[in-house]
Amino acid sequence: MTLNPESFLALATLLFGIGAVGVMSRRNIFVVYMSIELMLNAVNIVLATFSRLHPDMGGSVIALLIIGVIAAEAALFLAMIVQLYRKKRTVDSDAFTDLAQRRLS
Amino acid sequence: MTLQTTQLLGWILLLPFTGALVLGLLHLTFPRTRRLDTFYAALGVAGPVVAAALGLKVLYAVASGADVTFRQTLFTWLSVGDLKIGLTLSADALGAVMLFIVTFVGSVIHIYAVGYMRGEKSFGKFFAYFNFFLGSMLLLVLADNPIVMFIGWELVGLASYLLIGWYYEDPANVKAANKAFILNRIGDFGFISGLGLLFALVGEGGFSFADIAAHIGSVDPAMTALVGLLLFVGAMGKSAQIPLYVWLPDAMAGPTPVSALIHAATMVTAGVYMVARFSFLYESVPDVGLFIASIGAASALLAALFACYQSDIKKILAYSTMSQLGYMFIAVGLGGYSAGIFHLFTHAFFKALLFMGAGAVIIALHHEQNIFKMGGLKEKMGLVTATMLVATLAISGIPPFAGFFSKDAILAHAFASGHTFIWAVGVATAYLTAYYMFRLFFVVFVAPPREKAEPAPLDRTVTWPLVVLAVGSAVAGFFGLPEAYGGQNWFAGFLHLPDRALHLGSGEEFLLDMLNLLVASAGIYVAYRLFARSPREAHDAAAWQTMLRHTLYVDEIYEALFVRPLRGLSRLLDRVVDNRIIDGIIGLTVGGYRVASAGFALLQNGSVRWYALYFMAGLCGLSLYILQNIGGE
Repeated sequence: MTLNPESFLALATLLFGIGAVGVMSRRNIFVVYMSIELMLNAVNIVLATFSRLHPDMGGSVIALLIIGVIAAEAALFLAMIVQLYRKKRTVDSDAFTDLAQRRLS
Repeated sequence: MTLQTTQLLGWILLLPFTGALVLGLLHLTFPRTRRLDTFYAALGVAGPVVAAALGLKVLYAVASGADVTFRQTLFTWLSVGDLKIGLTLSADALGAVMLFIVTFVGSVIHIYAVGYMRGEKSFGKFFAYFNFFLGSMLLLVLADNPIVMFIGWELVGLASYLLIGWYYEDPANVKAANKAFILNRIGDFGFISGLGLLFALVGEGGFSFADIAAHIGSVDPAMTALVGLLLFVGAMGKSAQIPLYVWLPDAMAGPTPVSALIHAATMVTAGVYMVARFSFLYESVPDVGLFIASIGAASALLAALFACYQSDIKKILAYSTMSQLGYMFIAVGLGGYSAGIFHLFTHAFFKALLFMGAGAVIIALHHEQNIFKMGGLKEKMGLVTATMLVATLAISGIPPFAGFFSKDAILAHAFASGHTFIWAVGVATAYLTAYYMFRLFFVVFVAPPREKAEPAPLDRTVTWPLVVLAVGSAVAGFFGLPEAYGGQNWFAGFLHLPDRALHLGSGEEFLLDMLNLLVASAGIYVAYRLFARSPREAHDAAAWQTMLRHTLYVDEIYEALFVRPLRGLSRLLDRVVDNRIIDGIIGLTVGGYRVASAGFALLQNGSVRWYALYFMAGLCGLSLYILQNIGGE
């Protein structure tokens, strides 16, 4: 079995799709968070793949940077979820609609 | 250094305007102080007086040369292609005579105003307006092209508005000022339409009066007639002729010097001057001239009838002005331009004198204007009585006072031109003129006093101008002494306007004069019988007398015919067209936006999941678009 670039891209697309559907359909904020991570990692895969296809390591470097950023983001995100939970005692994202358009003026 | 006569014109114009500017600025800087009043008076009078001296010099220069025209271009105002319209001043014989009348009589009225307005508040503002009025009239008179004339024409209207509404605390006065302004606007609309048409017809060859005169011959006579009519509509407004005269009696709301200035030196004479200035145009369309003369005759007779039934001293004089202006229009309409201007010249003296005399009586009696509450003033106010008598004799056409010669010139011209009916109306008006003027004179000065009122002493600046004008009213007529009396009609010869020649023997003219004199004497006799001993404010015997007292209800008719429908139309436009239709259309778009925004607002439901969906949908749409239109090979 040869590893051709198309299979990497297909994997990335699949991961991104799973992530996008997760973000849109799941209500648990933790799951939403993990779906976002999936989408980010799909992007990382695309970056690494194209970096290998072209003789340029810039893409891989950026992918590594993104992994670092994700780590920092994870810390923030988890802290925010804890805060949200403290406010409403739930992790259901549909409970947080305070910025909605309530009524026509 | 001597100034060229040509350069004088600019100075004459500049003096009153500078005076107005300086006085206005000073008044605005120190609006409350009274200490500057003497300075205001000196400054306000200085401009017109110096202008009058310069005007006299110009008149002398014009008179000593043969057929000269002084012309001065101050600057080019409009320059479009070949067309150049400059702020050009010119003084030919007609202009110089008008210049003299306006500056001289204007100066005398300014001096009179110093005494009359003493103690009034806003003294400086009054003289600023007064100088502005005089300057505007000078611009009108000295204009070398109709455009500049129109500027002066409009400024005169503005100045009259400011001065008629001088006592602005009383809403009635403000209404009178508005009335004057609006009726003048109607006339001005005709005037500027006429000018526009004239420009379209002959504007290519330059637009000064001389250029127009040179090119007018090649124009279709029907169009010339139309131009003449439209211009005359302007004259109707400014010179208070039927049907636009109704502002003139109401204009009495202003202080008396303002009335004197409007009626004698400025404003109302503008229409007559304009027709004389365009004499080359009116000469080619005699039918329009006949129309003008008919309007003039009708105005003369109607105003004289109104004057017979008024009891307000200033309103009598106002209607008498309208009547005398009617005479002038009879003359210029029938081609007797010199006669018309001659009457304007003499009228300026005696009408200014009449107003100033009336003003002296009014202030002496503490602002009483009803003549039937006066009486017996001849013992107490000798000088005013004497000067008023001169003016009254002059306007009634008694020789050798000025009005006799000028009125005679007009009536003789009307008779000789064959329009006997107009002539007869003129003679009838002469009878009425003598009657109503002596009615005023007898009631105010001769008849026994009705109420014991001690006249207040008059200022010298009020009385001396009366004397100056009385001398003028007495001798001004001799400038135009007709040939029948051994004169050469120097005035007409000097003006050299294109008068229609008339053939009237000395004997005939003499007979006509005798008739005029007889008619005037009859009027005086009737007035004497009715009013000299025991004047009664006649109570209406017949219906027609009531009608005349109420000036035929013309104001009410205008109110019903024009003002009310216009107001109704305005209300309709306001309430229905503007409020419903136009605002409705705007309201519809507003409503549409509101509904659409409400729809969009529903998308903002606060749920992050939905936002992610929109985001994705947008991204997909954008990607599809890019693939389809840009990336697709």
